[in-house]
Amino acid sequence: MEHIVIIGNGISGVTLARHLRKLSDKKITIVSAETDYFFSRTALMYIYMGHMSFENTQPYENWFWKKNNINLKKGYVNTVDTNTKTLHFKEGDTLAYDKLVIATGSKPNKFGWPGQDLKGVMGMYHKQDLENLEKHAPNKEVCKHAVIVGGGLIGIELAEMLNSRSIPVTFLVRESSFWNGVLPQGESQMINRHIKNHHIDLRLSTNLREIKSDNNGNVKSVILEETGEEIECNVVGLTAGVTPNIDFLKNSEIELGRGVKVNRYLETNIPDVYAIGDCAEQHEAIGNRRPIEAVWYTGRMMGETLAQTICGNKTAYNPGHWFNSAKFLDIEYQTYGWVFGERGRPEYEQHFHWKHEDDTKCITVAYHKNTNEFLGINTFGIRMRHEVFDRWLTEKRDVDYVIHHLAEANFDPEFYSRFENNILKTYKNTLQTIS
Amino acid sequence: MSNKLNHSMSLAKPDALGINNKQKVAVAIGVIGLFILTLALLNTNFPNQGVFLTLALSAIIGGTIWFSREAYLSKHEGIKNDGVWFKSISSRGILGWILGVVLTTFYIVLYFFPKYLGLGTDGEANTGLIALFDPLSQLLSGRNASQWFVYGTLYTVAILAFGYKFILKYRHNRYQQLRTVSVMFFQLGFAFLIPEFMYVMNNDLPYYDLKSIWPLNYYIFDEWSVKGFLSSGNIGLALLIFGILSIFVFTPILTYKYGKRWYCSWVCGCGGLAETAGDSFRQLSSKKMYAWKIERWLIHVVLVFSVIMTTAVVYTYLGYDKNEFWLTRGVFISLVIGLLTLIFTVIMIFKRQELAKDAKYGAISFFIAIALLLVMHFTGTTDHLFYIKAGALRAAYGIYIGSIFSGVIGTGFYPILGSRAWCRFGCPMAAILGFQQRLFSKFRITTNGGQCISCGNCSTYCEMGIDVRAYAQKGENIVRSSCVGCGICSAVCPRGVLKLENDSMKGRINSKDVLLGNDVNLMELVNQK
Repeated sequence: MEHIVIIGNGISGVTLARHLRKLSDKKITIVSAETDYFFSRTALMYIYMGHMSFENTQPYENWFWKKNNINLKKGYVNTVDTNTKTLHFKEGDTLAYDKLVIATGSKPNKFGWPGQDLKGVMGMYHKQDLENLEKHAPNKEVCKHAVIVGGGLIGIELAEMLNSRSIPVTFLVRESSFWNGVLPQGESQMINRHIKNHHIDLRLSTNLREIKSDNNGNVKSVILEETGEEIECNVVGLTAGVTPNIDFLKNSEIELGRGVKVNRYLETNIPDVYAIGDCAEQHEAIGNRRPIEAVWYTGRMMGETLAQTICGNKTAYNPGHWFNSAKFLDIEYQTYGWVFGERGRPEYEQHFHWKHEDDTKCITVAYHKNTNEFLGINTFGIRMRHEVFDRWLTEKRDVDYVIHHLAEANFDPEFYSRFENNILKTYKNTLQTIS
Repeated sequence: MSNKLNHSMSLAKPDALGINNKQKVAVAIGVIGLFILTLALLNTNFPNQGVFLTLALSAIIGGTIWFSREAYLSKHEGIKNDGVWFKSISSRGILGWILGVVLTTFYIVLYFFPKYLGLGTDGEANTGLIALFDPLSQLLSGRNASQWFVYGTLYTVAILAFGYKFILKYRHNRYQQLRTVSVMFFQLGFAFLIPEFMYVMNNDLPYYDLKSIWPLNYYIFDEWSVKGFLSSGNIGLALLIFGILSIFVFTPILTYKYGKRWYCSWVCGCGGLAETAGDSFRQLSSKKMYAWKIERWLIHVVLVFSVIMTTAVVYTYLGYDKNEFWLTRGVFISLVIGLLTLIFTVIMIFKRQELAKDAKYGAISFFIAIALLLVMHFTGTTDHLFYIKAGALRAAYGIYIGSIFSGVIGTGFYPILGSRAWCRFGCPMAAILGFQQRLFSKFRITTNGGQCISCGNCSTYCEMGIDVRAYAQKGENIVRSSCVGCGICSAVCPRGVLKLENDSMKGRINSKDVLLGNDVNLMELVNQK
């Protein structure tokens, strides 16, 4: 019986294993050094905040794996020998495979800052990071102040986490406005205000120079690049993005770029070796997507796709219209299609922006300035229906149609205030001022 | 939620994780209220009971209100679950266990030893706690309090005070606010005040909480109850007819249109208490597969028990002679069998596919029930059925299901089993509504394409122990008989994935293996069934 070994028990690897089991009776082994059982990384923050227990973050009960005949092996893979098709573990043992899938995800970026390996400096990605945070920042007495470096999605989650335990936070963001490499200006600035309203000390256009140590190798303070200001702190969160977690493959024959290089079938240069999820790097980006997509659902989709290929129905990875979501403290964010911030915005992309007067809800609709074709939407504080926008994008609707039919796409709970009329009115007024 | 810049540049958050000083005072006030009640329980003779009762209840309500305002109004609108699993009371810590034991003992005394609460027997005056409530009872209905009046008052106070807290907690969510106002209204009006006023109007009428529907209201068709209605003229007859229509007409229509939530989360008193006072315990419900298995067996056994018990009870006080009264034993048993057969046939014709292997169990149960009824009819004597007294069957139901299951375990174990243990494992009304919700209803919880990140907030906060995430991460609508439609899963979802909806029956259950967003023709390939 063919033995499929998957390194990594995150969403990509586990989705692949589940679909393999549905389609076949192949021998399946999932290898992980992080945890015994699959848990949702996305929920790590809720454990620290006390919303959930660790058990609550496990989507499948512990009996699930045995019942579905999926072997779990806890171990850290040191090297992969693709000639003999063998994994060598740090613990000294080995494992032979017929097909190997690399699904090892990411690790937090470190940019060579002085002091980046001190005690109390951490990313927020693995379960071990959470344990580390719990050790260094159990409460505001032990951790009197924390500094977060990097204004992305994980950075703001870490800020929310520390905030829930009343630990004062200074949030260093390299950009001139929060996440404005992705978000258009109006939205980005609304989030700036929202962050400050949660008593988080947001420092824009600010970089880290170095992290200083006390006599015991613990974090003592950080020094800012621009002003040289020193901020005393006990914890430093490094959340300036992630990179593929593939150091263990450096001496293998598998072709690496920033990630594991794969083609559209998720195959590497070595036969019978595949890579999926955050650690896979497409030779060529698909549409506007990045070659490496560290997103929950793309990992899941790659798992769904590769299961077909491994079970004999060779299938290319073909993600549909871009979508994503996040939550910035109390404001939910969803996006469908492409809406660019200042950076990288195509010259033809025009925006219609509406913001509610309470400063917690807004939408931005991107459209083609010549054809009026609807390109994408960002929504804050209003839930939208994925299915409807996916269909409108496929049908290439124009911006007029979308604004007039927004009510169809609304996904807010019943009895919520609706803003479609208000949005439509603003839209018409905007058009008048333009023409 | 206003996001206008707050100009206080303080870096320290104004609210710490613990409780602030004002909240400590609020707790003290509430505890003083409870202390007065405890003194009364220990037979302290208060000089002016009316004043002390007012003082006690106002302190409890006022303390809770003040505490809640301090807890939520100083914060931004949004999900307020910080520290839920760290607090002793809401994570089965020592405070949770103490509260569980206190509540459980209270229920045991209430149901089985009301004299310890001070109930005067054989015409004696009330003493202790019950006497403290005499002035309020006198005011409302001109009679002295009973243990049920005391219980009803405290129950209503709990729903009102904690309902207020819940409304503040979810002040960004109008669905939560409206349904909470609704349960507060039905508890205060229908369960508490109207029955008292009905007594004033006509003191032959049996106690009847209009919103409490058979089989949850298991005593409505008891002989004393039915006789009480019938001897009270047109109003009594109207109430009895209302009671019958409630279960056979109103319930199916409303459940078809809105799912069982119209009752369980908007009207019902048990649900009302669970959603308000029990809100802090919702995350304690078990999400394990074995809990679901136990649930399915237990709740349907209770349903069958309640149907057989009610049939038996009604049967024993009916006559044989159709000249005396048209509803004879023969007619009644035929009606019951006819109704069960009708329901069974309709389900087998329209829903055979959906039931899959459960259909077999359904068929077996159906024929056993019919056989039992026939045996009963042909072996029954005046008051013996299956060689047991029907009265004994009724008494057993009253004690084991009505008192111990719904009260002692259902509410007393809030801090241990979560807030809806009774609704989930025992309530026969929930079983009927759920059965219909699963098969004939427009209600479902819609999931939003591929947006789910499997975080599990939805499952954690499902008081009915439904593993909502298991459906959401497959892009599958949630159509579960146990779902009471509280809407908390949708509220706590950080990615806007869940929405409670009433829509057409077609495509309501949409099992998917590959979610929206993956454009390889997998979606068609894998999802076609």
